[in-house]
Amino acid sequence: MAKTVKILEVKGLRTSFFTDEGEVKAVDGVDFSLERGKTIGIVGESGSGKSITSLSILRLIEESTGRIVGGEIMFKGENLLQKSKKQMMAIRGNNISMIFQEPMTSLNPTLTCGEQIAESIRIHQKANRKEAWVKAVDMLRHVGIPSPEKRAKQYPFELSGGMRQRVMIAIALACNPELLIADEPTTALDVTIQAQILELIKKLQEEMGTSLMIITHDLGVVAEMCDKVAVMYCGKVVEYADVKTIFTNPKHPYTVGLLNSVPKHDQDYEGDLAVIPGAVPSPFNLPQGCRFAPRCPHARGICREELPELLDSADGDQVRCWIYSEKWEKQEEEVR
Amino acid sequence: MNMFVFILRRLFQTIPVMIGVTLAVFLMMHLIPGDAAKIMAGENANPDQIEQMRENLGLNDPLHIQYLRFVTNAVQGDLGNSIRTSRPVTEEIFSSRFAITVQLALIGTAAAVLLGLVAGIISATRKYSAADVGIMLVALLGLSLPNFWLGIMLIYLFSVNLGWLPVAGWGTWEHMILPAITLGTGGAAIIARMTRSSMLEVLNQDFIRTAYAKGVSDKVVIYKHALRNALIPVVTVVGLQFGGLLGGAVITETVFAINGLGRLIIDSIRAHDFPMVQGTILVCAVLFVLVNFLVDITYRLINKRIDLN
Repeated sequence: MAKTVKILEVKGLRTSFFTDEGEVKAVDGVDFSLERGKTIGIVGESGSGKSITSLSILRLIEESTGRIVGGEIMFKGENLLQKSKKQMMAIRGNNISMIFQEPMTSLNPTLTCGEQIAESIRIHQKANRKEAWVKAVDMLRHVGIPSPEKRAKQYPFELSGGMRQRVMIAIALACNPELLIADEPTTALDVTIQAQILELIKKLQEEMGTSLMIITHDLGVVAEMCDKVAVMYCGKVVEYADVKTIFTNPKHPYTVGLLNSVPKHDQDYEGDLAVIPGAVPSPFNLPQGCRFAPRCPHARGICREELPELLDSADGDQVRCWIYSEKWEKQEEEVR
Repeated sequence: MNMFVFILRRLFQTIPVMIGVTLAVFLMMHLIPGDAAKIMAGENANPDQIEQMRENLGLNDPLHIQYLRFVTNAVQGDLGNSIRTSRPVTEEIFSSRFAITVQLALIGTAAAVLLGLVAGIISATRKYSAADVGIMLVALLGLSLPNFWLGIMLIYLFSVNLGWLPVAGWGTWEHMILPAITLGTGGAAIIARMTRSSMLEVLNQDFIRTAYAKGVSDKVVIYKHALRNALIPVVTVVGLQFGGLLGGAVITETVFAINGLGRLIIDSIRAHDFPMVQGTILVCAVLFVLVNFLVDITYRLINKRIDLN
């Protein structure tokens, strides 16, 4: 039963980039799953591997530099990593779609908006040029673009950033995908537009029953949109929990740090905002133990020596931290 | 701004260029050393005959009157008479030579575009492969080889040694192959390098990833999404190449003994045939301006973002 409702299950995903200076393990054993119709948020700082995780799912990692080196990506019970190139092409834009961060550069400047939406429809639905165009105009109306017939004939440069992101959403949802991956869909937009776009995604998700995976570093977006949250740090999931748990009872010190560094409307800040001390370690020189240990206020000996496993807690959540293991108490005594 | 207004405005912009061109060509006649009337009257002419010639040519009038007359006549298709043949210059140019040179330049450009684009796309899509390195090496070579040398070597190899193609002349398609390659090689090399760098830049852009995320195939991504954008700078180069080929034709036509405009200029200069030189250069210059005008329109057609501002 449990298996059938899971639309996406990522197990031990590892994606590496091979540079002259060595291997960069951008995604290093990531696990999470998403139930049909639900929303998962992948949260983390720049360089935590969240975008690469999403690109890996669609197998859009550039072959010249990067490669998925391990793991499984189960989509509706089938491993996407075992699909042929052709099968993946049939899935992209059809079963799984993606919206990108930069609406200004993510649309082809030499094709009209209508053409770009229609292209997807023509590829996947065997529609002819005219049918696809009608559907494209329909999609533009659907994503709330006024006078869609006129807009469809316009080029991306004639549209504002918010409008372009709506066009991106129209492209992504044109073939009614079962899973929509949104990679920082609002980061490049004005704050007022951000709310509109999020609302639009949410509305369409509910209408179409799409499952949603949203990549963000904005905890506000997470609170607004998500059911489950995976917090990533240095290519690994450090905490995976219910959205409520993440905000009310965060377990991993990194999650706690992230939450503390969000300004709250009911507090006055006389000094600085809380920050997590230090910086994300270089991918070429990752700490031997827990990757967060150098910045962690609670770190002890074992944290610096051994990488903790993802531990299941009683409520089905997971956390990658020694504090919640049996070894922790012993460790405390050792230190003393 | 719509296309019609754009074309009209661009057409108006060619007017000052045309004035400049006619002025340059006109002044050339007056600035070069030697007395045109003396040369045109012939070696054995006495001072009276020379004076008569000067009067006939209107060389005693003030310069601006002469210029106005020159332009008025030129606009009406009268570029004077050739000294060598006494036939009207326009007749000499447009009887067959003009067509031959334009044909040659077109074939040369076609060769350059075809070779250059194919090579550039192969290079860009197989970055750093043996094919890429090889093509770029050949392109560098093609860029560095002087036209006259390449032409002679091609004749030597294909006409003299192998006997596959005619040595010189113009007429059949076989005559066109070697001159087209000679004329097109430099352009092909430039277009190949340009296409490669332009393609590589475009292939790295976000909208290419969007296309892949839609399920578009490699082929369609390259030829529809990438090439269309990559061609924008290439079109300008092609236009300039075509203009340049008109000039390059001087050398190629000489090497292959083709009776085109280039050869006409050379022969006329040798014969001190002033009206002929003047007329031919004017026609070439106007053609060049015209080609650039067409390039601008094409550029506008494939890149909708260009505004005249």
